[in-house]
Amino acid sequence: MGIRVLKDKCIGCKICVPVCPTSAITVVDKKAVIDLDKCTMCGACPSSCKFKAIEIVKEDVQVVDKSQYKGIWVFAEQYEGDVHPVALELLGEGSKLAKELGVELCAVLLGDSSVEKEAKELIAYGADKVYLATAPELKNYTTLPYASIISDAIRQYKPEIVLFGATTTGRDLASRIAARINAGLTADCTGLAIDKETKLLQQTRPAFGGNIMATIICKNHRPQMSTVRPKVFKKSEPDHKRKGEVIKVPAKIDQKDLLVRIIDIIKDTSVKVNLAEAEIIVSGGRGLGEASNFKLVEELAAVIGGAVGASRATVDAGWISSHHQVGQTGKTVCPKLYIAVGISGAIQHLAGMQSSDIIVAINRDPDAPIFKIATYGIVGDLFEIVPKLTKKLKEVRG
Amino acid sequence: MDYGFTEEQLMIKDLARKIAEEKALPLRAELDESGKFPWEVVKACAEANLTGIGIEEKFGGIGGGTLEYCIATEELSRICGGIALSYAATGLGTMPIILFGSEEQKQKYLPPIAKGEKLAAFGLTEANAGSDAGGMQTTAKKDGDHYILNGTKQWITNGGEAETYSVIALTDKAKGARGASAFILEKDMPGFTFGKKENKMGIRASATRELVFQDCKVHKSQMLGKEGMGFIVAMKTLDRTRPGIAAQAVGIAQGALEEALKYSRQRVQFGEKIGSFQAVQHMLSDMATQVEAARALVYTAAREIDKGSKDTSKLSAMCKLFASDTCMKVTTDAVQIFGGYGYMKEYPVEKMMRDAKITQIYEGTNQIQRNVIALELIKEMAAKK
Amino acid sequence: MNIIVCIKQVPGTTQVKINPETNTLVREGVEAIINPFDENAIEAALQLRDKNGGKVTVITMGPPQAANALKDAIALGVDEVVLISDRAFAGSDTWATSYTLASAIKKIGQYDLIICGKQAIDGDTAQVGPGVAEFLGLPQVTFAVGLEVANGVLKVNRLLEETNEMLELDLPALVTVVKHINTPRMPSFKGKIKAKNAVVPQWGAKDINADDNKIGLKGSPTSVVKIFTPPPKGGGEILKGSADEMVDTLVKKLRDRKVC
Repeated sequence: MGIRVLKDKCIGCKICVPVCPTSAITVVDKKAVIDLDKCTMCGACPSSCKFKAIEIVKEDVQVVDKSQYKGIWVFAEQYEGDVHPVALELLGEGSKLAKELGVELCAVLLGDSSVEKEAKELIAYGADKVYLATAPELKNYTTLPYASIISDAIRQYKPEIVLFGATTTGRDLASRIAARINAGLTADCTGLAIDKETKLLQQTRPAFGGNIMATIICKNHRPQMSTVRPKVFKKSEPDHKRKGEVIKVPAKIDQKDLLVRIIDIIKDTSVKVNLAEAEIIVSGGRGLGEASNFKLVEELAAVIGGAVGASRATVDAGWISSHHQVGQTGKTVCPKLYIAVGISGAIQHLAGMQSSDIIVAINRDPDAPIFKIATYGIVGDLFEIVPKLTKKLKEVRG
Repeated sequence: MDYGFTEEQLMIKDLARKIAEEKALPLRAELDESGKFPWEVVKACAEANLTGIGIEEKFGGIGGGTLEYCIATEELSRICGGIALSYAATGLGTMPIILFGSEEQKQKYLPPIAKGEKLAAFGLTEANAGSDAGGMQTTAKKDGDHYILNGTKQWITNGGEAETYSVIALTDKAKGARGASAFILEKDMPGFTFGKKENKMGIRASATRELVFQDCKVHKSQMLGKEGMGFIVAMKTLDRTRPGIAAQAVGIAQGALEEALKYSRQRVQFGEKIGSFQAVQHMLSDMATQVEAARALVYTAAREIDKGSKDTSKLSAMCKLFASDTCMKVTTDAVQIFGGYGYMKEYPVEKMMRDAKITQIYEGTNQIQRNVIALELIKEMAAKK
Repeated sequence: MNIIVCIKQVPGTTQVKINPETNTLVREGVEAIINPFDENAIEAALQLRDKNGGKVTVITMGPPQAANALKDAIALGVDEVVLISDRAFAGSDTWATSYTLASAIKKIGQYDLIICGKQAIDGDTAQVGPGVAEFLGLPQVTFAVGLEVANGVLKVNRLLEETNEMLELDLPALVTVVKHINTPRMPSFKGKIKAKNAVVPQWGAKDINADDNKIGLKGSPTSVVKIFTPPPKGGGEILKGSADEMVDTLVKKLRDRKVC
């Protein structure tokens, strides 16, 4: 068990050497040699080898009786009594996966009594069952009460797959639950599929700021858990005639779980549209020159019905609040249309938006890296281009 | 190349470079425009212990010498000469205290400077006393246990931002070369105010102000050394800090050279990168050679001072003369290589050219430097006979 | 107060290169740095220590060269460091990593607060912080953009998608921080000298009483099937013409594609 070089397959081509983040590979006598003290078994070299000469072999230990685990669950995140759109998107994708596996699709909904009305919606969007737990203490999300109730429900009902939106709530919650119930969790998935032979969930997700993609499986532990980026999947057409079951789960609140007290919730009034959900984003960068020039971005966004985004440089300079920041240390977005105004396209920014469908870049510098990933690039003075663009769009949209 | 630096000197170089690239670079264009003081960079230098670079460990510094000071100044100057000066000028203002201060004076003034809590400045120049320092008119009249200062110092770097000032004033004009004394003054002392902030051609991130003394009463315990030592304090201080300004010049030149090199590999004219034209290559070669030579001379002078050599005036003057002339030429050539773009404020080299000019003027004009070198040469010749 | 900070040594992604021939990510020769979010975590810990007194201990799980990241932490001014390293940890996913770090923290014994960076910039999972909290039975607050401690109570400003949540909880607790929380200080010269002379203590699986079945490849529920580079985004076009012409072309294209 572990990592090994298959000497009969290795030809000493050295492709694997620079791929290793810990410089653990050397080639001696035309064979790759891995220094086990340095190797972290990250999986980079087996994937890079054209000859499949490196393999990481894991013991196939039966941890749980997998046959007992059936069904796909979606965590129906809610805020102020309304279900988060990502939950509906997950039900859309979940339906497809459930069909392939021939199993039920269920939603898990927690909150105070104001969320009960949402159960019908969840059924309309594809849930066969809704596991509902309500209590006043569950009104606003805090980790432990939610993690305890859902962990107990998973142990009781044994779903094989549980999906969460990769929102701040979803990522906070899923990782706590996975640790508690010894499940495999894959973060921020952009692709889900069922392997036809093994019936395992194949989870594909970006790493290294989106520069590489990894496909992950959870072979022997159950459930297989994933957090999924908003707007990656599409919600189905709702069918309000669909029938489904609402199962009330006892909301056992352990006092020991009520350790976090919410004192205040402050809305950022400058954030008019949630970036993670926006279909169109217009982002401003350092090329704007100063804070007041963000109004050019805001005007364009208003005309086109988009959200306002920002590069890290502008947030650090204090021109706009950090809720607008797109990038590796800000938000990751994948709108239909991303317009980058005066943004050079540093890798850290690209990591946050490069999966957008259509990218438009407006920048004075023809060598700006953003042009490499732009669908449409305009090399020009943004102070001239953006007002013209706003004007033209206003005209054609009427 | 590590220029024979010790591990500690390399640490200083790395720290200064990190600060220059992470803190100074994003600010330099804006500060050049606004003339605002780079407090954020000074704060980073304090965190890194660079503000204590020349101060003894027992006073909270790291016990470095001239070479360490040059290394830090050069790295910061590569990014911005003005920001670098805001850091380096404290070294100039602190040197009189380091060289001539009593134990009590050092104990009082050096620790906050080492920690970066306070800045320092050096007040020598006046409207009528630039190259001719002896023509100064600021007086310090003895009055019992005090001295009363009257007069105005001009073009003082860090003036108004610093808390600690080393000031030279006339205590007895009649005594000629022994007619001045050095004092430590503090901001907010009654009778000590500041004049307008100068609007300069370059090094605009550095604050330059008049120091105005109107019946400013200081206790005799604020005197550095003995009465009459003022000119000696000034000369010895400048001898020691001159390589620092030379290092600033080398740094600015290095920054300009790198920009020109980068540009020459991007700009295409006549279907080729301009860096492939011999005319441009020759310019770059000359620039690079001159910068390396200037650097070598600065490090040599700094090492000589740190060794404790007695006669370092000639080397000190030479390195400042050569480095500043090199800086002016290299930055001018850099603008030339950029062509029309080099003239535009969007590109960094025009600022570097504006920053370069002062290095040929302050800390003793290059004409004065030549005088000093000539005098030293004559002295050496005479001694040989 | 005693604060423990968990950090990870990662390759600096600003220098990431893809080899066009092999279509693989070149990670060799890329400078290894402290994960940027962990720098903020260290800074948050140092600020709390400077204000409230106490000690900051930084730990990391990694191969032997991760000791350099700990030395960088010493240069920033932390009081103690520990390297958690063992061949047996290789192949750990976030579950096994969380378990391992928690085991090391249990060995350290007394602490008031654990601070982690939100996520590592190579893995990008943000799962280890909450995992460690679960294994230690601690309340967690993620995505903190402000931290304050007074009288054993932790006050946190949490940055969510559109809101800021102000929370309170009693210590001990675990917090993960985002970049906006602070500006990490510069390493100091004195710190670098201390780091140069420091000997980094190293703990292996036996030292932290780790259960063999819960660490490394064996203890990891997830495994990597393959790693690939996404097809380059390319295929874009640079529009030509005057400003008006370019704007007209763009609008037409966007309208044709029904995006606006």
